[in-house]
Amino acid sequence: MSHIADRIISDVGLESGVASLTPEKIEAVVTRVLKGETGAKLKVYKETCMRCGLCSQGCHFYMSHDQDPSYSPVSKATETMYELIDKKGKVSPERIYQMAQIAFTECNLCKRCAHYCPVGIDIAYVMITVRRICYLLDVVPQYIRDTAHSHSSTMNQMWVKDDEWIDSLQWQEDEARDEFPGLRIPLDKEGADVYYSVIGPEPKFRTQLIYQAAAIMNAAGIDWTMPSHPGWDNSDMCMYVGDWENMGRIKRAHYESAMKLRCKRIVMGECGHAFRSIYDMGNRWLGYKEMPIPVIHAIQFYWELIQDGKIKITHKYEKPVTIQDPCNIIRGRGLMDKLRDVVHFLCDEVVEMTPNREHNYCCCAGGGVINCGPPFKNTRMTGNRVKAEQLKNTGVKDIVIPCHNCHGGIEDIIGYYDLGMHGHFIGDIIYELMEKPEV
Amino acid sequence: MTEFYALVTGPLAWVAFGIFIIGLVYRFVSMLALAKAKDGSSLAYMSWFYGIRSILVWMIPFKSMGWKSDPLATVTTFVFHIGFLLVAVFLNAHVVLWDTNFGISIPSLPTYVGDIVSFVVIATCAVFAYRRFALPQVKSVTKCQDWFALILVVLPFITGVLAYHQVGPVLLMTTLHVIFAEILLALIPFTRLSHALFVLFTRAYMGSEFGGVRNANDW
Repeated sequence: MSHIADRIISDVGLESGVASLTPEKIEAVVTRVLKGETGAKLKVYKETCMRCGLCSQGCHFYMSHDQDPSYSPVSKATETMYELIDKKGKVSPERIYQMAQIAFTECNLCKRCAHYCPVGIDIAYVMITVRRICYLLDVVPQYIRDTAHSHSSTMNQMWVKDDEWIDSLQWQEDEARDEFPGLRIPLDKEGADVYYSVIGPEPKFRTQLIYQAAAIMNAAGIDWTMPSHPGWDNSDMCMYVGDWENMGRIKRAHYESAMKLRCKRIVMGECGHAFRSIYDMGNRWLGYKEMPIPVIHAIQFYWELIQDGKIKITHKYEKPVTIQDPCNIIRGRGLMDKLRDVVHFLCDEVVEMTPNREHNYCCCAGGGVINCGPPFKNTRMTGNRVKAEQLKNTGVKDIVIPCHNCHGGIEDIIGYYDLGMHGHFIGDIIYELMEKPEV
Repeated sequence: MTEFYALVTGPLAWVAFGIFIIGLVYRFVSMLALAKAKDGSSLAYMSWFYGIRSILVWMIPFKSMGWKSDPLATVTTFVFHIGFLLVAVFLNAHVVLWDTNFGISIPSLPTYVGDIVSFVVIATCAVFAYRRFALPQVKSVTKCQDWFALILVVLPFITGVLAYHQVGPVLLMTTLHVIFAEILLALIPFTRLSHALFVLFTRAYMGSEFGGVRNANDW
């Protein structure tokens, strides 16, 4: 069995954070969180966890590391939060480094272990609370910290300037009008049926997704708009850093940007964590039990378009595909059947992964782990051998992946394990197959 | 010795039951107050339907991913808990206790069944101990409290079986059996054994989140 101390990875954010820690500061912050921010939930979890180890097989890290117990969910909780509670925060700065590495990079907060714990302990909640403590101690991996800084200063995660955002949209609109002469990307259209939101990386380096979304909206005749102002980015790395205050600011900006335009509802692009931030975490921080404005994921939007006959395809995708079930959309929001309806509508042959649906293995990129950047890439690769095996066993080459983080993570795994596969967003496939009336 | 036995089975028994019941009520009330003060964003999602559904589903052996993943642990867990309740409540000697002390009369297990079940419970505790010693994913997270809880549970069974089979001095064994049972009862609310109370709520909460918010099964 290994120990976190044996696999410490150098990271500027963690190192500089730990360098400024004192035992007093650690104790004060831990006490502040335990007494001030957490309550019966955490207390009962720690007390009721019977240390039975049944959660182990739920975790892709544990399964990928030949059942190394130090990667089991209960071990990660024991090595971090349970120890902080037992020792009342009296731990060394070096120990905080180890805890931060566990919480930020060795748990994707995917909640798969929830299907394995008989007593119902939410390990993801325990681990994100450890992240909260690390964030307040300023011990956060540099890359995700920078992303969170971008959120708090620009309200988007990629340092996209306000004018650059509009430029990107107009650039895509201009390009698309070659193919669809009547296409528009309407900015700030009041009262539109659909307010379409994307994540920061789309205008930055996945602009073709905006192009495709516009093409689909255009072909389906949707009354839609995108905002010209901050609030357009639905992503939220502050949520995964443990920066609740800025998570709240970002979510409020997002909801209110659509509400100010009096749009009927928000449709999100194919992103998982952004979806989690609006139905699970950001809304709760802001005091909304439900969302203040209806928000749906792209899967549901495409499903509705197909039901209403608004998407017409010229032919079905011929090559066999498999489906990646992203945790925040499937285990998190139950869109597994709609996802299958959409994929079966588009594709001739679907080969399911095993396990699938809400029991699917995590991509190992989500939960902010891919956002911790290059220093931790190998953590993701060695930590998800089971995903590589699961993909390989399908025998197909094409994967439908309706989530940005899953895309990044699975493309990396495909390369690392030399699987020769390729991931597609649903939007990619719809765009490829759809009737393009104006051509 | 006889006077001591009388003390143990008389006043001390009332004390043990008192601590058990008052302890459980105290733990529940104080935890609920804390939850109301601090966990509003979780309490708001508690659902009777999804909570009870989750509890019931997890009471079916091999239904959930967890119960499927480790058959030995699953069988042991179910057999232990059922056996524990059967012996604690329906063993014929205990049924006499309920009748004489509380005036409650309930059916009792045939003597030989009670005997077999007691042995089975001891065997399941041995399996729990084996898991804590031998399985790396259990051993690495096992703390003193886990051993303490296991020992607390097994001692009344071992002494009960010894007393019934008249191994060793009967009065001493019976007295020890009663003392260990009283210690167990009194400490349930304050040790890892408090899961007897809290598991209802952790399970119901997970069921409520999955059923009501996440639209997915939590098993």
